[in-house]
Amino acid sequence: MDREALQAAVCQLDSSIRPLEENADRAAVVVEAAALPAILRRLRDEPEFAFAQLLDHVAVDWIDREQFELVYHLYSFKHKHFLFVSVFIPREDPRVPTVCRLYPVAEWQEREVYDLFGVLYEDHPDLRRLFLEDDWIGFPLRKDYQDDFMLDRPR
Amino acid sequence: MTVEVSSLKELVEQASGTSGSPDTQEYFVNMGPQHPSTHGVLRLVLKLDGERVLRCIPVLGYIHRSIEKISEHMNYMNCVHLTDRMDYLSSIMNNWAVAKAVEEAAGIEVNDRIQYIRTIFAELERIQSHQLWWGVLGMDLGAFTPFLYGIRDREVLNDVMEETIGARLTMNYVLPGGLMADIHPNFVNRVKEFIKYFRPKLDEYDDLLTGNVIIQERLRNVGVLSAQTAVQYGATGPVLRGSGVAFDLRKDHPYGVYDQADFEVPVGTVGDSWDRYWVRVEEMRQSLRIVEQLLDNIPPGDYLVKKLNSKIKLPEGRYYSQLETARGILGVFITSDKKDEPYRLHYRSPNFNNLWCLEPMIKGDYIASLIGAMSSLDLVIPDIDR
Repeated sequence: MDREALQAAVCQLDSSIRPLEENADRAAVVVEAAALPAILRRLRDEPEFAFAQLLDHVAVDWIDREQFELVYHLYSFKHKHFLFVSVFIPREDPRVPTVCRLYPVAEWQEREVYDLFGVLYEDHPDLRRLFLEDDWIGFPLRKDYQDDFMLDRPR
Repeated sequence: MTVEVSSLKELVEQASGTSGSPDTQEYFVNMGPQHPSTHGVLRLVLKLDGERVLRCIPVLGYIHRSIEKISEHMNYMNCVHLTDRMDYLSSIMNNWAVAKAVEEAAGIEVNDRIQYIRTIFAELERIQSHQLWWGVLGMDLGAFTPFLYGIRDREVLNDVMEETIGARLTMNYVLPGGLMADIHPNFVNRVKEFIKYFRPKLDEYDDLLTGNVIIQERLRNVGVLSAQTAVQYGATGPVLRGSGVAFDLRKDHPYGVYDQADFEVPVGTVGDSWDRYWVRVEEMRQSLRIVEQLLDNIPPGDYLVKKLNSKIKLPEGRYYSQLETARGILGVFITSDKKDEPYRLHYRSPNFNNLWCLEPMIKGDYIASLIGAMSSLDLVIPDIDR
């Protein structure tokens, strides 16, 4: 299945899924935060997709749009194809259901995003800071993060 | 729905309340941060019942350098040079991963000569990384001689690579658009000499460790990771292949000139530490094969197709590129907003996900087995912390 066909097939799973237009080089879709675990479960279990591995989980801080984008990067060993699943959540109250019961590796990947962006994963069994100390204030990868130690560079 | 955020201290306190079997007591042991078998600063909080490991909680961040945040204030040409500080044993491959992402985004096609040289150097580096791992695995299990043997052969290879690159550890060689420099005139001959030198040495490795009863006893059926767990826990590279999943980016999604070389992907069956050991030793043989086939066919051409300056801008969008390093898949995720600096640059590091497999591997096993199992993961901690 090529990129467009895969993207179209995934969009047919549910009416709330839409293709991500801005993406340049991989099949990518956008889903609603509440529907995320259900959709990922179908993408994992249905033989047509068989996305067995969650390769990567990335967050992007779109400060101008007041949104966080959470990207789930899936891979299927069976069909050898990649898929990006994006979720946009408000920057004010960033919450999303956890997917670590579907993909155990997400437990760590979500902790990393919590640590650096402050996204709260609902029902996560062990949501703690991963890299920083427990009492660290703020979330360093946010675009508006200010720190005494940060280089004050004119942009 | 509420979200509870706990701390490590709370977690340990909660878990301390439970008791073990009537004649033993559960307790916590801190292993590390500077344990000789972790090759970097990794702290493991172990919950033990006698000698059995009940939980293994890795604590990270002791050498977190925030490479992703720093990269947001750097141009793409400079970002490349931070990557070889992550997994310093796959530095060329790390450079290549970023260079590939930038080239794909900017629409730069590099010529065949560059692809050949990149592939050869990546395989040489894979050998060099596995040599060090092999020696260190022996040392972790209490044998010092393998370390000397591994380092001895690694030095020979390092001399060859140093002639072209000028460095021995954090090698900066691949740039977006080409290479730093052309290969040294002696390079092809010296690599041939090295292949002739190293083939018999691999048999010597087998005599020394592979056939050793003590090493076999300490690796066989230790840290078993089933194929399903390996996939679910995000393992890639030799860890995944040791569990029996024949997935290698070099074969399944070829880049460089891997599609022009004939080689096999070694795959384990049981998924124990022994299989991971065997896969890596076999990979060294396969890498020699790849280098041998490509070496005589390096086409003529320029080593830099396009001189990019530091002001290179990528078109708006998201770009992803990945590459099979010595330890697994390194993914580079670039979000560009048309500036000369990335809006967001994320590295999917292979060690980060591989380390997560440690707990399912070692649960219920002896603490003494933990060392062999951890060694067989071949961790480089700066790559986890980034």
